[in-house]
Amino acid sequence: MSILIDNNTRVLCQGITGSAGSFHSKQMLEYGTKLVAGVTPGKGGTKFEDKVPVFNTVSQAVKETGANVSIIFVPPPFAADSIMEAADAGVPLIITITEGIPVLDMVKAKRYLQDKPGVRLIGPNCPGVITPGAKCKIGIMPGHIHKPGRIGVVSRSGTLTYEAVHQLTQLGLGQSTAVGIGGDPVNGTNFVDVLKMFQADPETDAVIMIGEIGGSAEEEAAAWAKKEFTKPIAGFIAGASAPPGKRMGHAGAIISGGKGTAAEKIAAMRDAGFVMADSPSELGTTLQEALRRGPAKK
Amino acid sequence: MKIHEYQGKEIFRKYGVPTPRGIVVHSAEEAEKAARELGTKVTVVKAQIHAGGRGKAGGVKLAKSPAEAKEYASKMLGMMLKTHQTGPEGQKVRTLYVEEGLDIGRELYLGVTLDRATSRVTFMASSEGGTEIEEVAEKHPEKIFREAVDPAVGFQDFQGRKLAFALGLAGDTVSKFVGFCRALYKVFIETDASLVEINPLVILKDGGVIALDAKVDFDDNALYRHKDLLAYRDIHEEDPTEAKAKEWDLAFIKLDGNIGCMVNGAGLAMATMDTIKLVGGNPANFLDVGGGASKEKVTAAFKLILADPTVKAVLINIFGGIMKCDVIAEGVIAAAKEVELKVPLVVRLEGTNVEKGKEILRNSGLAITPADNLRQAAEKAMAAVKGK
Repeated sequence: MSILIDNNTRVLCQGITGSAGSFHSKQMLEYGTKLVAGVTPGKGGTKFEDKVPVFNTVSQAVKETGANVSIIFVPPPFAADSIMEAADAGVPLIITITEGIPVLDMVKAKRYLQDKPGVRLIGPNCPGVITPGAKCKIGIMPGHIHKPGRIGVVSRSGTLTYEAVHQLTQLGLGQSTAVGIGGDPVNGTNFVDVLKMFQADPETDAVIMIGEIGGSAEEEAAAWAKKEFTKPIAGFIAGASAPPGKRMGHAGAIISGGKGTAAEKIAAMRDAGFVMADSPSELGTTLQEALRRGPAKK
Repeated sequence: MKIHEYQGKEIFRKYGVPTPRGIVVHSAEEAEKAARELGTKVTVVKAQIHAGGRGKAGGVKLAKSPAEAKEYASKMLGMMLKTHQTGPEGQKVRTLYVEEGLDIGRELYLGVTLDRATSRVTFMASSEGGTEIEEVAEKHPEKIFREAVDPAVGFQDFQGRKLAFALGLAGDTVSKFVGFCRALYKVFIETDASLVEINPLVILKDGGVIALDAKVDFDDNALYRHKDLLAYRDIHEEDPTEAKAKEWDLAFIKLDGNIGCMVNGAGLAMATMDTIKLVGGNPANFLDVGGGASKEKVTAAFKLILADPTVKAVLINIFGGIMKCDVIAEGVIAAAKEVELKVPLVVRLEGTNVEKGKEILRNSGLAITPADNLRQAAEKAMAAVKGK
């Protein structure tokens, strides 16, 4: 029925007592997410909102509550440490919302995760993951624009994901799972990883993938999809008008040395059978068009 | 954050990366004195701006005497240096670096940066020094040698040897090159650099290895732990509006069009610019006010956009998620009143409480053009610019 998270997902929040962590933890509880634990070093033994137990360490929280996903709101200087703590505690899915983590911290954290094959990191600098059908929202997205259904969404950008989801919902197309992989140059999960999961998910019928300038993750996804992906797929790339050498808000959104342009990405995705939207106003209708055309022949 | 060549070399020296002797100067007289002090047969006068391609643009000159150094310096100081990396108006030269002349044997390229595909800090070396590395990568990718560093153990000498032999180095130069790379890796890691590039890296006739150039960029997200590096910031090299935006923690980039944009989220902000272009218009800026923008932040952003006299219309595109559209609408109105809006304003709101938000805009008494979707908003902004 979904990828990454489902009815059995039990969430712990690292940084639950901070301003972003507590605000969004409340929102997640309201949506119906099974938020079973919080972690703030030094605040162990207290309760969040009178019901969610707070622990000093992630391993304690996992042992006591059986949490199997962690969401991280810890400030940038300490976020990589928190990712490694969650991985050390054996949390299989770590979703990092924090924006602004130093790149070299992430290089180290990602190296650390290499030795933990059962652990997946989503983000950092991402809106999170949501499966509306399981009432499971692990992130900062507005829950109410989502609707249970069979369309997969994957994106590097937060607000563009919301645009896509909102348009899909208005067209009556619900979502199986929406995944934000984040706008940083070093992230845990890329487009190919998510497309593979959507491909294997019997309850996802079609996918919309939203990329942006910088790096080559979209080209890699297109190359993989061209050979392996058998479901209808729509796409959009932001930043066609961005000047080279300038970081467009996201740390990873930069055209450098003539590489990472929107034109290259759009061409690669079209070549792989993606139906491409010209503007974010047409994300929903482009997915409908992809459904009409059906999957590209392999 | 970018820094000047002479500052990069200052950092190199701290870490034992060999550099030529050089003196920073701000006047032609100082340049003459510096050339005399350095005492080499020739000296090099180099314009210090935050852009590559200085040599081709006339920002690097070989002086055969102190008098010649003075002459070049007087021409360079104050000039607008135009390279392929500056804007069309160029960048004003305020500082020069006078360096000793060297007996150059070979010119190589050496760069250290993050390889996003592998998430590893990676060395790139090429025997094609002095030319644009992008050009080499395009035409002769086989001439670029790479070594990815495992962050668990750091840079290893064997990696330096692999690069050295691939570059055709021999004798004592090999171990000098390895030591050079080791020190350079330390610079990269300990300063949280995002790029360290030496083009050219020079092999001297006596076999020595020395950094003739130094381009160092730092990871802005890590600057909080390098307060000492902040002293290297040169405000003159930054766009004044972009510098002001930083004070408000706003991501702002100046562009050359006339439709000002204010958007929440980087992806949506880029897509808004794209849509303006798509309908034949030209965005004046990129501006992401962030997910939880306050009224104060929206006002500051508004002021930044309107401070630009080329802006003929403003497009606000907000997807209200956690932040509700009615709250955003109130913020926009308060800000528009405060800055005495004189250009047409097109607003596209979507998301939570959108109807309430639109109603607030309608009843505000301000001349706001509402739009239902982004494409329509872009078209309306275009029409406003054309005066229709």
